[in-house]
Amino acid sequence: MSDAKKPSVAVYKFSSCDGCQLSLLNLEDELLDLAGALDIAYFLEATRAVKPGPYDITLVEGSVTTPHEAERIRQIRSEARFLIALGTCATGGGIQALRNFGNADEMARMVYAHPEYLEYLDKSTAIAEHVKVDLEIWGCPVNKHLVLECIAALLQKRKPNLPQYTVCMECKLRGTVCVTVAQGMPCLGPASQAGCGAICPANGRGCYGCFGPAGYANMESLSERMHTLDRFPGETALLLRNISGYVPAFRKAADELHIANAASQKETK
Amino acid sequence: MNKSIEVTALARVEGEGGLYIGIKDGQATEIRLDIYEPPRFFEGFLVGRYLQEVPDITARICGICPVAYQMSSVYALESALGVTVTPPVRALRRLMYCAEYIESHAMHIYLLQAPDLLGHESALSLAAVAPEVVKNALRLKKIGNHILSAIGGRSVHPVNVCVGGFYRWPDAPPLKALLPDLEWGLEAACECVRWAATLPYPELDVDYEYVALHHPEEYGVIEGEIWSSKGSQLPIAEYERGYIEQHVKHSNALHGLTAGRTLYLVGPISRLNLNHKQLHPQAQEALKESGLRLPLRNPYKSLIARAVEMVHFYAEAIQLVKTYKPEGAAHIELKLKAGEGAGATEAPRGLLYHRYQIDAQGRVRFAKIVPPTAQNLPRIEADLFALAPSLIPMPQEAATLTAEHLVRAYDPCISCATHFLKLKIEEVK
Repeated sequence: MSDAKKPSVAVYKFSSCDGCQLSLLNLEDELLDLAGALDIAYFLEATRAVKPGPYDITLVEGSVTTPHEAERIRQIRSEARFLIALGTCATGGGIQALRNFGNADEMARMVYAHPEYLEYLDKSTAIAEHVKVDLEIWGCPVNKHLVLECIAALLQKRKPNLPQYTVCMECKLRGTVCVTVAQGMPCLGPASQAGCGAICPANGRGCYGCFGPAGYANMESLSERMHTLDRFPGETALLLRNISGYVPAFRKAADELHIANAASQKETK
Repeated sequence: MNKSIEVTALARVEGEGGLYIGIKDGQATEIRLDIYEPPRFFEGFLVGRYLQEVPDITARICGICPVAYQMSSVYALESALGVTVTPPVRALRRLMYCAEYIESHAMHIYLLQAPDLLGHESALSLAAVAPEVVKNALRLKKIGNHILSAIGGRSVHPVNVCVGGFYRWPDAPPLKALLPDLEWGLEAACECVRWAATLPYPELDVDYEYVALHHPEEYGVIEGEIWSSKGSQLPIAEYERGYIEQHVKHSNALHGLTAGRTLYLVGPISRLNLNHKQLHPQAQEALKESGLRLPLRNPYKSLIARAVEMVHFYAEAIQLVKTYKPEGAAHIELKLKAGEGAGATEAPRGLLYHRYQIDAQGRVRFAKIVPPTAQNLPRIEADLFALAPSLIPMPQEAATLTAEHLVRAYDPCISCATHFLKLKIEEVK
């Protein structure tokens, strides 16, 4: 098949660590076949060859944190037939959204001698807060096999088969004994989207929600139980306010815990 | 003759940046590596986090070398608490680092730099004419990723590293099952050095100050002292006495300099020049066979240094996997106390320094992170100045490609350094 008939793909990077784009290059067994099935039109991490848009499939890694990025995502959307937000930075603001809970100017002063050289927005936000997103693939980093599934589904003109359950279910599937029940550890597994393979509980630690909250998560019930297990003050609130901390469900739950923690500290004083 | 070279978005580098070279009367008048990779303020939002969260957070600085960020963090925090990990934990940390060097070096050698030397736009176009080279490259890289997954659940942002050791000992059988692949990888890495030695490198001879970790008993990666080719030998805790960071206007990355305001180089060339005697015998043999003369002074040939290191890390990984036997606790129990600690390890791209202050509850009060690319940025700009006169007679496309190639040879990690790149060579009127 000639390049002209193959679907064109563009991969862009916004504020991020490159780990989700790397997941594509980490498809070592499938990469050459994938490159054969697609016309890789814009993917700077892999190639200096750039073809003009519009593109059939656009993958965007990273969150929007600068005025330039806010402008650039609109331009990219205008050339994208199907836009995929790739990874938790793109779908939820990412780790750098932790700065949303403080003052951006103050943080800039903490890190840089000349904050006036920098241009940044007050908040790190998800792609969908700026433009229409056609599909979100969560994960920090994304599971490369799920990315492959989404691209395959698009090529086959079918709905991608993404897990619609929580990390809790993945523990059951792999036979991991529950770290909350057996060891009394706070764990976000009951409220977090599956996709990672429940690797944290399998390694003897609680889930820290890097695939974001599941759509139907009962946050109130989870917070109420988990925070009774805190091994140091505020552990569950910190778990919630981490990689996916600015995503509404986790944000709200952490806010409520912070209020509760503050109140109980007052009482003990 | 005046002309300008501008690359608005550099390809095959990690992160986002551009390059501008202004040339007037045959001399480069201005060179800027524009780092428009946005600032992410890690050192700001680390404040207030609990120390055990730090390796999970700092891993997110870089998707290609998360292990380096995790390792510099845990060593710094362990130093703050005054604890030392057990020998089996240390051995497993070395194995994780071997795996990261393998995947990162295999990717840089074949996917990022080699296409420049072979006249290709990417490894994908290279695969059309040399499929075996690219297939072997991908297998070399995959083996590194498999080790990481066996230890930490996944290769990007593994989840098993904690202050004090590992959350749990990884199961031995999946690691031991990788031995045949590792044996293949060692042979393939030796072949990579032979192949790398035959590639057509541009000429450039630079008098560098090399800086790298040096360890008395092994090829320096974790722990040891910070050694310089100019004779300075500093304990890790005194790094900031010898090296400083400057904030320049065209870059969201800080620029590293020695305390004497001179330029220095970190990364594979520095490690090889300072520490080659400690390479594994098979890597020393491969180095000798390659005919590469040390000290290495041509940045383009860092590819050969990476290939030699890949031999070393495959050989070391084999030893570590063979002897892997989980013994004792996977992590030491920590007694929290207020304190301050520094940690430095050798990321694949060079020295990576972290310093933290923590309070009595184990919360971070202050964080400082100096990534390798920030230290190399002024050095890359200086090399471009040295290269500029040779660019002037070249056609625009060739000049641009040669300058881009130089930047890529450094394997800059722009996401890490931002706190990088656009190439523009401009006629200055």
